[in-house]
Amino acid sequence: MSIFLTEDDLVIVQGMTGSEGRRHTRRMLSAGTRVVAGVNPRKAGTTVAFDVEPLGPGAADVTAGTVEVPVYGTVAEARTATGAEVSVIFVPPAHVRGAVTEAVDAGMRLVVVITEGVPVADATWAIAYAAAHGTRVIGPNCPGIISPGRSNVGITPPDITGPGPVGLVSKSGTLTYQLMHELGDIGFTTCIGIGGDPVVGTTHIDALAAFEADEDTRLVVMIGEIGGDAEERAAAYIASSMTKPVVAYVAGFTAPEGRTMGHAGAIVSGSSGTAEAKKTALEAVGVRVGRTPSATAAIARDLLRELDGGSDVEE
Amino acid sequence: MDLHEYQAKGLLQRHGVPVLHGEVASDPQTAEEIAQRLLTPQCPLLVVKAQVRTGGRGKAGGVRLARTPAEAREAAEAILGLDIKGHIVRRVLVTEGADIAQELYASFLLDRAERRWLALCSAEGGMDIETLAKERPEALARVGIDPIEGVTPEVAARITAAAGIAEPLAGSVAEVLLLLWQTLVAEDATLVEINPLAVTPDGTVLALDAKITLDDNSAFRHEPIPDAHENEGTDPLEARAHELGLNYVRLEGEVGVLGNGAGLVMSTLDVVAGAGTRHGGVRPANFLDLGGGSSTEAMATGLELVASDPQVRAVLVNVFGGITSCDTVAGGIIAAVERLGGLDKPVVVRLDGNRAEDGRRMLAEAALPGVNVVDTMDGAADVVARLAHEATSPRTDTPQEA
Repeated sequence: MSIFLTEDDLVIVQGMTGSEGRRHTRRMLSAGTRVVAGVNPRKAGTTVAFDVEPLGPGAADVTAGTVEVPVYGTVAEARTATGAEVSVIFVPPAHVRGAVTEAVDAGMRLVVVITEGVPVADATWAIAYAAAHGTRVIGPNCPGIISPGRSNVGITPPDITGPGPVGLVSKSGTLTYQLMHELGDIGFTTCIGIGGDPVVGTTHIDALAAFEADEDTRLVVMIGEIGGDAEERAAAYIASSMTKPVVAYVAGFTAPEGRTMGHAGAIVSGSSGTAEAKKTALEAVGVRVGRTPSATAAIARDLLRELDGGSDVEE
Repeated sequence: MDLHEYQAKGLLQRHGVPVLHGEVASDPQTAEEIAQRLLTPQCPLLVVKAQVRTGGRGKAGGVRLARTPAEAREAAEAILGLDIKGHIVRRVLVTEGADIAQELYASFLLDRAERRWLALCSAEGGMDIETLAKERPEALARVGIDPIEGVTPEVAARITAAAGIAEPLAGSVAEVLLLLWQTLVAEDATLVEINPLAVTPDGTVLALDAKITLDDNSAFRHEPIPDAHENEGTDPLEARAHELGLNYVRLEGEVGVLGNGAGLVMSTLDVVAGAGTRHGGVRPANFLDLGGGSSTEAMATGLELVASDPQVRAVLVNVFGGITSCDTVAGGIIAAVERLGGLDKPVVVRLDGNRAEDGRRMLAEAALPGVNVVDTMDGAADVVARLAHEATSPRTDTPQEA
């Protein structure tokens, strides 16, 4: 199967009428994602037309042509009209807290926040609010979630790879794409970009737990980077609760202390948050950590072969 | 963004937190004039404090007492220009002294892992709080703050109780805690730390020192802090990158690096450093993330900036086209080389993902001298490290003397 997202999920886009929202709604539709509504109070009652052409292995049912997606005034109206339980947010940073609150109040099950640059207080508040109401948030500042061949919510390229036995969870978008590419011949159940901000709605541990419970996921690739102690916590979780093999990659060994490296959360403070500490914590619980993305992919291949009792899986 | 003490105290004052009066000076003459104004029979003692964004100022000679304007001048002369852990002192704060009966500690900060806020409070202030946390963790109260509830009077009372602060002091401290929380919320801070939180003989609670970190993502909804970036423009390339809106960090090596996506660029630095161990120890010279959906213009600007760094011997462009289209990247590289009339440093390019083949073909057709296209990230890092090493050291075809 996949985690958090399946081919049956209906999806609402908050911010669909903006330029980023339009661009990525078209890509999601092209990839076979069932986008059923957009939200914009000023454009309620209209529709937006998207020129769709099949893209990637999830697009079997997509036919080239125009798809009209209706726009509703609120998430609640869109949910009532369509039955969608998943929402993806492309609104500007200042509006993210309000957009998440609206999605939570409408009873959405999963809210994916793509927006970069969200005030950390707003993210912290919105994630606490969502948690109190049983809504899962992925992001902010993330590429979203893709279950290759099934559905793609966010901005991950849908045509890198198809379905397969690997689960992937990452703080970084481009490293997600890189690893999907490296293991493109093997494929993935689900790839989640959890985002590079200090506070995110879905953590490495949340994803690891879901992959552990997912029948089709046989191995998990976990990508971390400097800042915070999410990887160290994940290591403790792996030791206590994971039976499936985990392969890790950590970025930022050469990052200087006290400088933010692109992602708001990617900063070494004093001696905490270093790549070395994360690697050490992961290796201490038996997780193999790749030296480069390619080396990480090679370890994943080895482990998959071992799971097959040493037989060659690549025919 | 970390604020200087004087900037932090300015914000605290705005939200009603009691602080001692003080003014900032960047030369000894001004420090003397401030002292003339501040010294009164009620306030016979001043403190002159280095304004640098690091701890340990006292030990480094960055805090001095002054009883006369002349002493304030001398203190400023001694402190200005000091190098405290790599931070050059450009300003001093001349502030009133106070009688201190007791020193406490209080802070609010973001708890990344728990995804909420955290209050730290101790009846023992003044010392290095990380040392206290390590040596006597029971003396440092830690109280989680629910992001939705925030700090109410009840929560503030819980914090003082956890820290073992007794009445009537507890009530005064709780009032200050509420003001500190208001400051954090209103200013979008991720850290408000008061060490020491001082108690005078008459029971007044004062923020004697202050450290505030503001959330950069929230800058759009606040007035800019004056002089906030004064220490960040010391590196001319970083200053130029900032003007150009590029996400750039200068490092100390020889290989210029640019790519798309923070994670991939961080990873590229590591892979280059790893390759460097096989090629004379060359290291990455910078971090430059062009971001998702990079335009031709952004690539051209970024490449020009990186290549203009005199310490750079070779440049690596590492792009995985997710949203970014690799033909756009190739176009940017070609445009940059044309605009500069050729590059005097070798450039290694690795393109994968969205329209990678188109991008590689464009570069092959342009046949730019000094531009090498390599298929894999590890392979590209190896080539660029070798080229940087060759450019750094003279050719060692003949064995050199040991």
